[in-house]
Amino acid sequence: MIRIQNIRKRFRKLHALNDINVEFRNGQVIALIGPNGSGKTTLIKCILGLVKPDGGEIFCQDQSINESVQYRNSIGYMPQIGRYPDNMKVGQLFKLLRDVRGNKTQIDEELYFKFKLDTIVHKPMRTLSGGTRQKVSAALAFLFNPDILILDEPTAGLDPVSSEVLKSKIIAEKDKGKLILITSHVLSDLEDLTTDIIYLHEGKMLFFKSITELRAETGEEKLSKSIAWIMQNQTRNEVRYLKIAK
Amino acid sequence: MIAMLKISKYVLYDIVRNKVMIAYTLFLFIASMSFFQMEENSSKAVLSLLNIVLIVVPLVSLVFSTIHWYNSYEFIELMLTQPISRNKMLLSEYSGVSTSLIIAMLIGLGIPVLIYQFDATGISLVLVGCMLSLVFASIAFLASVKSRDKARGIGVALLLWFYFTLIFDGLLILLLFAFSDYPLEKFTLIVSSLNPIDLGRIFIMLQMDVSALMGYTGAIYKDFFGSSLGLLYTLGIMLLWSVVPLWLSTIAFRKKDL
Repeated sequence: MIRIQNIRKRFRKLHALNDINVEFRNGQVIALIGPNGSGKTTLIKCILGLVKPDGGEIFCQDQSINESVQYRNSIGYMPQIGRYPDNMKVGQLFKLLRDVRGNKTQIDEELYFKFKLDTIVHKPMRTLSGGTRQKVSAALAFLFNPDILILDEPTAGLDPVSSEVLKSKIIAEKDKGKLILITSHVLSDLEDLTTDIIYLHEGKMLFFKSITELRAETGEEKLSKSIAWIMQNQTRNEVRYLKIAK
Repeated sequence: MIAMLKISKYVLYDIVRNKVMIAYTLFLFIASMSFFQMEENSSKAVLSLLNIVLIVVPLVSLVFSTIHWYNSYEFIELMLTQPISRNKMLLSEYSGVSTSLIIAMLIGLGIPVLIYQFDATGISLVLVGCMLSLVFASIAFLASVKSRDKARGIGVALLLWFYFTLIFDGLLILLLFAFSDYPLEKFTLIVSSLNPIDLGRIFIMLQMDVSALMGYTGAIYKDFFGSSLGLLYTLGIMLLWSVVPLWLSTIAFRKKDL
């Protein structure tokens, strides 16, 4: 469970996050959507403690994240752009992270094997392609079987097969009652995954609704169409960025 | 704590594979071996080595630590998404870097000293080298945490080196000339604590006979630095010089956005 209270963050003049209040419960799959630069990644980085908010507080499992870093034990994070030490080999990376986390949690190596990362353990990270890095990031996020998964653009750069593997993994984890937070611009990817939608616009939260509510309100079956409907009725300008599925 | 050791171990392993550190160790080793071989009088060799230690060690420590910090930015970011606190991360980076610098020092300078000049002067030379490595690695960490941009970070590190090796001494001489009518011995003693390089220089000079050439001031210094109180004072100030910047950088790092 994550509770976000009055989070504010400015980068110089830019209001990256403007008074965000929201609560995520276990079992929810939340899609965080919004145009580029609307504060999605900043919000995620605030939850992870990588970005320090100017005001407000975040609670993870009812504990303020400023108190201790142990809450990150229950978070698996897949970054938008996986940046790893150049000289580190794939195998080393996995071993190091397992060392750092300790042996307390049970290991989930499904993605590690499905993405065939065991065949490239001797390759240094700098030689990997963008898609392979993305696979490494995904496998790392799921490796420690965390209660909370934070996936920043998970399917960007993955080939269709891997993308499907990842999606079915996300659904499997959702069925285990985990809290999953996803950002994506590809709404068709989110279609069968999400239970709730948050729309961010210039650091403000425009709405936080469940899919059923959204469908009832807009009268559209497809997620992309409902979002488009809302956008047209609420903020006319920012529709074009959405890759609307057919 | 275990996680911290694991990270330090990885940092150290990464640095050892880095050829810069090996080159630095070899340079120190060859330089000190050849000085000891060439000079008839080994205390003369120590004097020449002193100048190398006072110029090269701060420079290498500063530049190497800064570059290392920026190169391991991805690693730091990755580790901070894991249950590792910012303090632990910074301290494990620091301990990895400073351990590697000290190992280079002990091999490159320690072994020749052990062979040719194993006495108080030789040991204090190695000691000052190690302390300076710690001090300047710590200053470099502060500079690189404070500046986000790599070029600026290295620029700041180089400026600090200029300040400590050249500008500070220039200012000090200016001050001494301006107030030459007054007794300034105690004053210079205190002011030299503001520069770890000067402190190291005075400390080693006074372990040697050359202090006899420095007249009255030299006598006062000898009186102070020659005693065990002087040793403690030097070590204490050097320790402060390495702890305070590191402490400031942990504070700055805690507030930093990655």
